[in-house]
Amino acid sequence: MTQDTAAMDVHVAGDALGVITVHGDVTAASEDALMDAYTRASEDSPQAILLDFSGLEYMNSGGIGLLVTLLVRANRAKQRLLACGLNDHYRQIFELTRLDEAISIYADEAEALAAL
Amino acid sequence: MSEQQQNTARDEGNWATPVDRLEVGDVPAGALDTVGGKQVVSPIQGFGKMWQKTYRISLAGADVTPAELIQTWKDEFPSFWPKGSQFHAPLTGIAPGEVALLQASVGGGMKLSTGVFVLYADEESFTFMTPQGHMFAGWITFSAAEEDGATVAQCQVLMRAQDPLTEVGLVLGGHRKEDRFWQDTMRALAARFGVEAEPETSVVCVDKKRQWGRAGNVRHSSAFRSSVHTATAPLRKHK
Repeated sequence: MTQDTAAMDVHVAGDALGVITVHGDVTAASEDALMDAYTRASEDSPQAILLDFSGLEYMNSGGIGLLVTLLVRANRAKQRLLACGLNDHYRQIFELTRLDEAISIYADEAEALAAL
Repeated sequence: MSEQQQNTARDEGNWATPVDRLEVGDVPAGALDTVGGKQVVSPIQGFGKMWQKTYRISLAGADVTPAELIQTWKDEFPSFWPKGSQFHAPLTGIAPGEVALLQASVGGGMKLSTGVFVLYADEESFTFMTPQGHMFAGWITFSAAEEDGATVAQCQVLMRAQDPLTEVGLVLGGHRKEDRFWQDTMRALAARFGVEAEPETSVVCVDKKRQWGRAGNVRHSSAFRSSVHTATAPLRKHK
């Protein structure tokens, strides 16, 4: 219900990883931007999608809800959903909401790529 | 310090700090602590289909800002619940990390005692997360925003039934009952500000798959335990 202030960059790393770099605020209002980025990152049917949160500035519970719906979408496409670039605060939120049980967390893109 | 670390402070105080198991402080009179020692669960840990249900009501004509509405909603939360269910707000109010106990009427004269964990709270929203044993695995976000000059209140539930029994119950009228519960809540909230309005309801099935690997959640189910307790009452009498 708030204005979207998130920006998403998309690129492909290796053959198997679509990367979405998140900048700004992730709230429920970021749904269109995130789902559009996911569609672009999935164009070549990568094995996994990596969400790079190193540019994340703010996230509320609506943003966490979006990640759950994105996870469902990725699972439906038989893709793994990964995350990197989380600082201690956001890592704790992933643990608190138990998202870390379904979204593997890596330090950075290189580590995520190496783990595939 | 990186840009992200500097900016983290913007939402840091809004989130609860991680907990392994819930701890309940003073139990209010009339409440039952069935959640102490339980873990919180997200929709990922649930069993049934995943649903996103949104209930919205416009307070057009009321002189209230989104922040004022949310403050009132937090302060007077129990008073907006429909008759037959009780919400025992934490003594320190609805704030991140607090646990609230509740009794919900689940039909057949049976009441389910459970609770919720306050996952997130800011000036214009707050979110509850459910514990093991609750009927649903997920979270409920209450928010308000200004739209076309009016303050609009919203309640959004993202959840799965936590166990197979609840999933069957949802199919057999539970969804309708839950919709009515939140629609009544939204009407009561609007009435608090002198507005008589009808809420809009939107229901989306986010994931049609049931997570059979989570069927064992039933061992935590408060409803299951209450049913067994009720069913075995005559046996206990004859002992």
